[in-house]
Order: sequence, then C-alpha cells, then structure tokens
Amino acid sequence: MKLLIKNGTIITGDRTEANKDILIEDGKISRIGEGITDTADQVIDANGLAVIPGLVDAHCHLRDPGYEYKEDIRTGTMSAAKGGFTSVACMPNTNPVIDNESIVRTVIAKARREAVINVYPIGAITKGQQGAELAEMGSMKVAGIVAVSDDGKPVMQASVMKKALIYAAGFGLTVISHCEDLDLAEGGSMNEGETCTRLGLHGIPSAAEDVMVAREIILSEYTGMPVHIAHVSTKGAVELIRQAKKRGVPVTAETCPHYFTLTEKACEGYDTNTKMNPPLRTQEDVDAVIQGLSDGAIDIIATDHAPHHFDEKNVEFELAANGIVGFETALPLALTYLVKPGILTLNQVVSKMSAMPARILKIDKGDIRVGADADLAIVNLEEEYVINPDEFLSKSKNSPFKGFKVSGRVKYTICGGKIVYQDK
Amino acid sequence: MKLRSKDILGLDHLEPDEITLILDMARDMKKIVQSNMKRVNYLQGRSVVTLFYENSTRTRVSFELAAKYMGAHAVNVSVSTSSVAKGESLIDTGKTLDVMGTDIVIMRHSQPGAPHLLARNINASVINGGDGMHEHPTQALLDMFTMREAKGGFEGLKVAIIGDIMHSRVARSNMIGLGKMGAKVCIFAPTTLIPPGIEKMGCTICQSLEEAIDGADVVMGLRIQKERLKKALIPSTEEYARFFGVDVRHLAGAKKDVLVMHPGPVNRGVEMTSLLIDSDQSKITEQVTNGVAVRMALLYLLAGREEN
Repeated sequence: MKLLIKNGTIITGDRTEANKDILIEDGKISRIGEGITDTADQVIDANGLAVIPGLVDAHCHLRDPGYEYKEDIRTGTMSAAKGGFTSVACMPNTNPVIDNESIVRTVIAKARREAVINVYPIGAITKGQQGAELAEMGSMKVAGIVAVSDDGKPVMQASVMKKALIYAAGFGLTVISHCEDLDLAEGGSMNEGETCTRLGLHGIPSAAEDVMVAREIILSEYTGMPVHIAHVSTKGAVELIRQAKKRGVPVTAETCPHYFTLTEKACEGYDTNTKMNPPLRTQEDVDAVIQGLSDGAIDIIATDHAPHHFDEKNVEFELAANGIVGFETALPLALTYLVKPGILTLNQVVSKMSAMPARILKIDKGDIRVGADADLAIVNLEEEYVINPDEFLSKSKNSPFKGFKVSGRVKYTICGGKIVYQDK
Repeated sequence: MKLRSKDILGLDHLEPDEITLILDMARDMKKIVQSNMKRVNYLQGRSVVTLFYENSTRTRVSFELAAKYMGAHAVNVSVSTSSVAKGESLIDTGKTLDVMGTDIVIMRHSQPGAPHLLARNINASVINGGDGMHEHPTQALLDMFTMREAKGGFEGLKVAIIGDIMHSRVARSNMIGLGKMGAKVCIFAPTTLIPPGIEKMGCTICQSLEEAIDGADVVMGLRIQKERLKKALIPSTEEYARFFGVDVRHLAGAKKDVLVMHPGPVNRGVEMTSLLIDSDQSKITEQVTNGVAVRMALLYLLAGREEN
C-alpha cells in the first residue's frame, strides 16, 4: 500500500516546508521531497493545504469500558480522527477503573480491534482511584500504559502523592495530577466569583486549584521526580508553574481550549454545557493561560474530551455531569484563538498538540520525517465554518462551542499510512 | 400592558415597567385580601400547582390562598408523596403537570436555575418560588410593594440589608429589583457571609451596622441558619447577635420613618431583638399580607397574558 501526498505545506513543531510531496509505504514515511513521481495506490492533492503531524492528545476520556452509552473506543477514536488526532491517551476513570494489568490489556485489545487511531491507556495512580493504595504501576507499564493519573479525582493525601511520584518515576512513568483541593472546592459547580454569586450557585475558588498545584510542585521539587499538571485554568497555577520551571523543577503542564477561549460568563443562563472541572474562570485567568502558552509555562494543549449523555446534561446545573467533548473543536479553536491573533505561531500550536505531548507521554510521535510512522493530518487552514455539535462523530454532543465561527478544517487524517478520516 | 414573559423566574428578567404593573395590580388585590368577601372569579377554571421541593409554610400557603381567593383550582404537590421520591427528573415531572392542564406551576427548589430549566421545557407558566441561593422574586416584589406603599416610591431610597447575604435569594432579588427602580442597597454581614463579587450586583458593602443604617429608609434583616456554624462561617448565634443583630437603639441614625422588615421566619434575639420586631416601625406582619396580594397580582397577570 503506497500513499502519495502531493504539494502540501509541511508544518511541524520546528519547521515549515512549502510544496513538498510525502510518500508513504507500509505505514511509514519513506520519502519527503519535491516532484515525487512514484506510482501510488492513492494520491492526495494537498495543494494549498497544511500537512501536520497527527495530533497527540495527552488527556481524554473514551469512557470504555463501562460508560459506552457516552462514548466507546470506536466512536471516540473516530471523533478524534475527525479532529486530526492520531494518538490519544485515555484516562482511567472507567468502570472498572483502569488500575491493573488485565484491564489495561483489555482496553488495548479492544483498541486494536475497534480503534481507528492509536490509543494509549493511562493507568490509575491508586487502586480504584480511591487515593489510598498505589495501583500496580509496573505491571500496567508492561501492559502498555504511558502515564498514571487519578484524573477526575485528586489524590488528597500528600503522603500518597509523594510516594506515587517516587514509585512511578521508578518505572519511567509520569504522574498526571488533577489539581483540586476537595476541601476548598466544597462541592461547588462553577468558579467562585461575581457570576457565581449572581447565579446563586456554589462556587469553586481558584485557590482550590492553586493550593494543589503548589503542593505537587513542592513534592516534585522535594523528590526530584516529574509531575504533569492537568488542565491548568487559573492565573495562580500558571504563575506557580512558571516559577517552578525557572528553578528547574521537573514539572510540565497542559491546558485545554476552553480555558483560553471561555470565561465564567458563559455559565449565565445555566447552560450545563459550560460546566466542567476545573470550571471556566475569569478573563484574568484566560489571559494568564494564554500568556502561559506563549511563554512556555504551559507546555501542551490537551482536549480533556469528556463525553456525557444528553440526559446527564439536561438537568439542574449543580446536578449536571462535569465535562465537554473536545476532539473535534480543539484544533480549530487553537488556530482561531491563538494563531490568528498572533499569540502563537502555527508551528508552536502544532508542537503543543503533537511533538510536545508525545514527549511527555514518551511515545515516538509528533514529527514528519523519513522513517517515522505515517501519522498525519491534512488541514485547510483558511476554511471557515460554524461549529455544529450535531455533526460530531462522538456519541455525545455536549459542547459549549455550538455556533462558534472558527477557521481550520481537517480534510484528511492518516494513521499508520491509512486514511482514517476524510472530510466529504 | 402585559407581562412580556410567560414565566416569573427572577427580578433579573423583569423590566421596571413590569415591576410597576405588578405592584399597581397588587394594590387592588390587597383590597380583596382585606375584605370580608375574599372571592373573585378572575382565575375561574384555571389550574395552579405549587411544586415544592423544599419545605415552606408561608410561601406555599400564600400562593395557595392567592389562587383560591381568585377561584382557581389549586393543588399542592409535596415532595414526600410525589414521584420525586421515585427519582423522576424535574423535566418529566413538569411535563406530567403540563399535560394535565396546569396553567401555572409555582416551584421552590434547592437548585439554582431549576425554574429556568422547567420553564424552557413546559408550556405552563412557571413562577419561581425560590431557587437555591439564586432568586426569590415574589418575596422581593412583596418587599418592594411594602416599601412603596409606605414610602411612595423607590427613587433615592436607602435600603440596608443585614445578615446572611451569601445564602440569601431574598437579598439577591431585592438588590436587583431595588436597583432597577432607583433605590440604593447597602449591606452589612459577617465577612464570611459576603459572597465574592456581590458589589457588582449594585450594592455597597458597609463596614459597620451604623454605617449601613445611617440615613436608611428601610432596614431588612435576613434569617441566619444554624447550619452555617458547621460550615465554619460563623462561630455562634450569640456572637452573631452581638455584632450583627439589630436592635431599636441601632435605628438612631436611620430616617425617622424607617421601616423594619424581615422575610421570616425570624430568630428572635438573633437577627433582631423582639423589641424591634414588635415595634411600630416593624412591617414584618404587613409583609405577609402583602405577599398574598402580590402573588394574586402575578397569577392574574400571567393568566391574562393569553387573553385579549
């Protein structure tokens, strides 16, 4: 099977090359050059289009096993492919929790049968995500996990987190921390502040995130072991991470498109599609997150794709499930809100959504070079359209971005040399 | 003139001319409440359901009497005997009432925004009887009716609200409504019970009881609940009473004709002393009467929206 991509502009994290042909053979990139005339089984004319590394998502929820009514490995990866992703790392808060070798193997086996892109499970830090006893990280690593996280639930005991950082590092695994002090959050459902006060909802102070980010940084600095901060949403967290990096603490961080595009004001009217954890914050926080992306305090953009059934969102705000779907909106939002206004270059966005997350997950992805896996996305950067959740391939449609005008549409996604998504 | 929306969800959604319309109508209704012939047929053939997910005596009874004085069928849905206990969703419960021919649903719910969700999903009018810490529009309207009746209008009035602002839907609705009508709201409370950003709703946060009450036309107390102690918001009701309880002596700096108000039920000796509650300035019992009149006005105006 030979695939030839003609006349595209290659854009990776560190270079831009116009008018290049890419020849793909047996799932790998075999040649990159100009005027490649080999006969191929299929030729894609990428004239006027950007060819980028297949995107890598370090944080998503595929809901499989256990919550297949929200999403499963097949629909989740189809949705990801439509968004230009070719590798996704899925969180372990499934049912049962991905906290032992056999469940990791089950997920990987199912992904091999049903996924259209690469799926990398993330194992739990603690058994059952209960925050008490360490999960069998070594055995899960043997089975194929790329990191550990109790995402959705913070590890509240500092002593457990300290030992998790040390034990995980022993197996070369990075701990991804969902930073939320549950005592400070007090079961709130949106950011504490003006809008929350007006709506009469229970608030989650930004301090609930900052306190935990500070704790993880202190523990990482003390132990010398790496920690990755999930879904950064506050100004305080960005500043703590920036300062820690200056001191050489092995901390990395991600944010998500909703934290650089939306504020707490979106919650007015009690739209449950604006409810997620951490919650949407203030304009000051959004500005700080954008600044963090720009100066490198925040390393990567993840989706935190969190599908939920309509019935779980069509309820009272405080009873609604947390989270939004993100695969099919992440790239256009990054292009529209970060590249268009000149905050990040195209290469930087591509880097933060492919090479950098791949480096954090320690997987050999995120570059376009001869010999690499042929994981690519072909994107029309100029194409403008209005986001319509009804068109999502995800089983769930819980997006706050309905009606947003964005630019940048994925035309093809190629994974392992196979076209796994094509825009009609 | 008619109300613009089919629902009364909060003061946030009412324009000043609508507020005036409601208060004017309530003035006529009050005459019925105070007469010996409390029976008019304005709502004959209409069905009104009170759907209360939280305990309430005065609000529920007030609505029920308001509906009955005007000849409506009034049914009370109580949580313990309803399908709520069986886990039915709010929308499904609402739709069930809707297709039984209910014209107006009055709902009290612990979840802020719950009446908004219900209103979007049913054809009947929805009146918010209090949603969590969000709004309690009928209480604010009856408070405003009481103030207007005594003071003649709202322009330039100073209203001091003292107490648990954080958890108070009454305070929020009053702030919004009074702000829209040109009154000035000052608040005073333990600093832990002042929610962040409340000043953006148009009130002034005062540093002392004296400052809040200075030159006030109205002093309104709010109920303080014992459960606030468990959440480490206040140390004791005794300490609360000492620093935040209002007594007759505090009225020295207020206007001579100051009104003392409280949405009830009052913890005597905590939010206010009995001397103050039972003083000549107190409008606390008058508020209850006015509540029936205001609710009659709302039911009448909502029921009349579809008629020409």
